[in-house]
Amino acid sequence: MLAVRIRRGEGPQGFQTFAVPRRANQTVLDVVTEIQRDQDPTLSYRFACRVGMCGSCGMTVNGRPRWTCRTRVAQVAEGESLTLEPLRNLPVVKDLTVDMEPFFTKWRDAHGYFEPGETPADDFATVLPDSAERQEVDAGIECINCGVCYAACDVVSWNPDYLGPAALNRAWTLVNDVRDRGQAERLAAVSTDAGCHACHSHMSCTEHCPKGLAPTFAIAGLKRETARAALRRFRRKA
Amino acid sequence: MIRAAQRRPGFAAALLHRLSGVALALFLPLHFIALGTALQGADRLESFLGLTRNGLVHVAEWGLVSALALHMALGLRILVIEWLSYRERTAIVVSGCVAGSLAFGLLFLLSGA
Repeated sequence: MLAVRIRRGEGPQGFQTFAVPRRANQTVLDVVTEIQRDQDPTLSYRFACRVGMCGSCGMTVNGRPRWTCRTRVAQVAEGESLTLEPLRNLPVVKDLTVDMEPFFTKWRDAHGYFEPGETPADDFATVLPDSAERQEVDAGIECINCGVCYAACDVVSWNPDYLGPAALNRAWTLVNDVRDRGQAERLAAVSTDAGCHACHSHMSCTEHCPKGLAPTFAIAGLKRETARAALRRFRRKA
Repeated sequence: MIRAAQRRPGFAAALLHRLSGVALALFLPLHFIALGTALQGADRLESFLGLTRNGLVHVAEWGLVSALALHMALGLRILVIEWLSYRERTAIVVSGCVAGSLAFGLLFLLSGA
């Protein structure tokens, strides 16, 4: 049997423990689902696809943020116990469910959306698959918005305004999109006090990203690009 | 307290970088005091330097030289990540920085400086 401690309230007393049978190839999400279906239907958590595509089942498993649908119990159980908590750095709605709104608001604040410009382009843009820009985009485009990097980030916990790794990673993919017409505004948006320059390169995002992305290097790219933009402005004035 | 999510080489590097920075910041006033005594003549400087012949101070100096080397190595690591986009193997690079710095400190200790 597996002893599963689930955070359902504040403080050290806020845990409830459930006993769940061990099964072959069981995932952490399977465990939570089994508890909700067989033991306590009031347990709240979020999931959708169960196959690592939707990014909605993020939780803190034994102290580390993870996607639970692709995390096997055998891989993370300490002895015969699991401790499950909601993702860090986000407001808790109930039990293991967090409010993702601040995460997505920052996505917008970092101009993490394509900006086509006032007038449509005359022709299709030619983007060679092996061009440097396309390679940078490829390295960061597979983000599924699970919020694991955001929960792992120490800077977000120190400064709740910090845009966070996911939003900045998305901004970096767009900075490298040759079709985008909102670059100046985007670089201004990501270089505020709570933007890319606040990153301390702890690499927690890169070490925890379940998709194996490296937001640290995307943020480093933004640091370089904003520095170049500042240098260009300085030269124009001089 | 260090959370489970922070028991990672990247965080260890950041922690060591800051702690070695704090150690260097604490040392600087002592360094300036030592330099200041030189202004008051060779005897004052010599008597101050006499204090550094103590074994405990020697160990502290070893720590300081190691801290300086570590701070520089980890600082260079950050610059290489951020400016050269070097995709490092974090655990190996951070371990190398720590080992190299300790070796440098040991060299200082053995040189009898």
